[in-house]
Amino acid sequence: MRANRLGAALAVALSVTCVSGALVSCGSGEPAGSPEAAPETAAPQGPVKLTYWAWAPNMDKIVKVWNAANPDIQVTVSKQAGGDDAAAKYLTAAKAGNPPDLVQAEYQHLPSFIAADAVADLKAETAPIKGEFSDGLWNLVTLGTDAVYGVPQDSGPMMLFYRKDLFDKYGIEVPETWQDYAEAARTVRKKDPKAYLGTFSSKDPGAFTGLAQQAGAQWWSISGESWKVNVADEPTRKVADYWGGLVKEGAIDDMPYFTPEWNKALNDGKLLTWPSAVWAPGVLSSNAPKAKGKWAVAPLPQWNAGENFSGFWGGSSTAVSARTPHKAAATKFATWLNTDQEAIDLLVKEAAIYPATTKAQSALGEAPAYFSNQPDFWQQAATVSAGARGFTFGPNVGVTYNAFKDGFDKALQDGTPFSAAVRAMQDVTVADMRKSGFQIAP
Amino acid sequence: MAGVTAATAHRRRAHGAFAGRPWGVAPTALLLLGAIYCLFPVFWVLIAATKSPGELFSTPTLAFGTGFFDNVAELFAYRDGVFWLWAANTLIYAGGGALLSTAVSAVSGYALAKYRFPGRNAIFNLLIGGILVPAVVLAIPQYLLFSQIGLADSHWAVLLPQILHPYGIYLARVYAAAAIPDSLLEAGRIDGAGEGHLMTRVALPLMVPGMVTIFLFQFVAIWNNFLLPFIMLGDDQKFPLTVGLFTLLQAGANQPALYNLILTGALLSIVPLIALFLTMQRYWKTDLSSGAVK
Repeated sequence: MRANRLGAALAVALSVTCVSGALVSCGSGEPAGSPEAAPETAAPQGPVKLTYWAWAPNMDKIVKVWNAANPDIQVTVSKQAGGDDAAAKYLTAAKAGNPPDLVQAEYQHLPSFIAADAVADLKAETAPIKGEFSDGLWNLVTLGTDAVYGVPQDSGPMMLFYRKDLFDKYGIEVPETWQDYAEAARTVRKKDPKAYLGTFSSKDPGAFTGLAQQAGAQWWSISGESWKVNVADEPTRKVADYWGGLVKEGAIDDMPYFTPEWNKALNDGKLLTWPSAVWAPGVLSSNAPKAKGKWAVAPLPQWNAGENFSGFWGGSSTAVSARTPHKAAATKFATWLNTDQEAIDLLVKEAAIYPATTKAQSALGEAPAYFSNQPDFWQQAATVSAGARGFTFGPNVGVTYNAFKDGFDKALQDGTPFSAAVRAMQDVTVADMRKSGFQIAP
Repeated sequence: MAGVTAATAHRRRAHGAFAGRPWGVAPTALLLLGAIYCLFPVFWVLIAATKSPGELFSTPTLAFGTGFFDNVAELFAYRDGVFWLWAANTLIYAGGGALLSTAVSAVSGYALAKYRFPGRNAIFNLLIGGILVPAVVLAIPQYLLFSQIGLADSHWAVLLPQILHPYGIYLARVYAAAAIPDSLLEAGRIDGAGEGHLMTRVALPLMVPGMVTIFLFQFVAIWNNFLLPFIMLGDDQKFPLTVGLFTLLQAGANQPALYNLILTGALLSIVPLIALFLTMQRYWKTDLSSGAVK
């Protein structure tokens, strides 16, 4: 899609300016200490003014509450476009020397911010709130190191969304394992040759990443000073080949998510499931409004019966710019926004996020309107969330994700095995990291 | 403009040499096809903007919906009417940028066409080279430069880079060379007019049709520009429509995508462009007729 290509173009342009180094010094070449070490002015004149880039809806309303209560720290929200482009834009701004003080950072983009020295380490300031989050989520903002690069805001544990009415009609049980899911896919094809149980999207690396996490993949890890990259590990290949097999035999469709034809299939009842994340009700209610009340939710099918694993698709944190002269104030705001009860209530209500703190997750009450037929929606989500496992993201997720799109597009077109596409992702990722000067552990 | 002249040329030929031959209609048919190809997406936006969120993906592509006025009302209410702010910003960027750019282009084009001075060809070749460099490539270097002088994230950051427009200068030069007879300037000089006087009283009035063309080109280009303001601006109060609507499109997964607002916004944002073209058309007519005087 255009947006993603734009992100890639920005990233490429950035790395070009980095290589030539003509205008600004880039990344680690710059002594990161100087802006960070700038001491907070002892007696600030007037209120501290902070800018905050975010794309979550109605963030300005939430910030208004903070501003009213904290006249000495005034935050201005600037609503940005989300996604990969937002990350590229923030990196560009950080390299040019005028980033905002705070930024909404998706978990998978945080490592690229860290690698560019664009976000501050909040270890000391966030020590008291560490216990509010599950280890899995906390790991996403620490990357398994001692530092803390952001405060988790929302999370996207994956679940299986399915058309309850059509499952009943075709006599299909909710699949408990992926083997069941494959069987169900074949049944659907027999009952209605125009309908599919699901589809494999070659345009949404985030979804595939979540499924790989569920299977236990660990694409990146840090050992000492070097990175271990294992995108084509055994769980990932297993997931890829599973979906590749289903697509090849025609048991599931291969149209990408979030396209008009996909919306139409959802509306017409030609797609019966969507393995997606907890934020799916928002998407479904806008893209398939006709099917309101017909969907239900269940945990993702498991690889081995009796397990209870899930992965993450999406989710973001609030990070503080490494260049901000008001690190303490910014961290104070980030902490309030993501752990204060009033703020979380507002986030849930106004920004429609699935909160990151464990306590808030279990306190969610009424199910989303689209799922009014499933009163235990949030309890299901909390259960799934407890079993969701993420992994450390690497510094060049954008490159890996683009390799996913290229590789799986081609695999779908040529009918080649999906595991080959996964291997290509691994090769491209490692090559790019080498080029950028990262040490790769064998 | 090119389309208009091409069409008349074809028509003339169709009535002349090819009259009576059945395949004489082929060029017209081809042009019609081209017109449909260009206009269909606009038509699609028009239809899609009338659909309510529920109808957008469930009714046939070419069937009108029932939600147009709801969409418009919802769009104007979105974030307390931020749409109007973005529209005003776009007008400032496109109107101001196009005016400044036209002024710069006209003066430089005139100078390049009518004065002989050392380095003239070098400058002109440099400009031709400038045409070949897509503005998109320059956006990031420009951002870094503007950051260094502290102008990033200001209105100037979007206005200034679009003022110098090599293609506009090139057009102005070509137009000035053709539209301003040297003898006219000579006569003015003999009558004792100064060079500044010559330019404002003799040359520029003759160049108006060319300047209108440059203005329109630049206006449309800035109106539609996405990458430059996207990179330059961090403050959403300064966004133009293109970047503003993009924030609706990429609103994050946890809120329903606002397709109906985006489509309505896209439709409303092309209305001023259409109006501008319709009102500016008469200047092009003078362009065609003024050439006939000689």
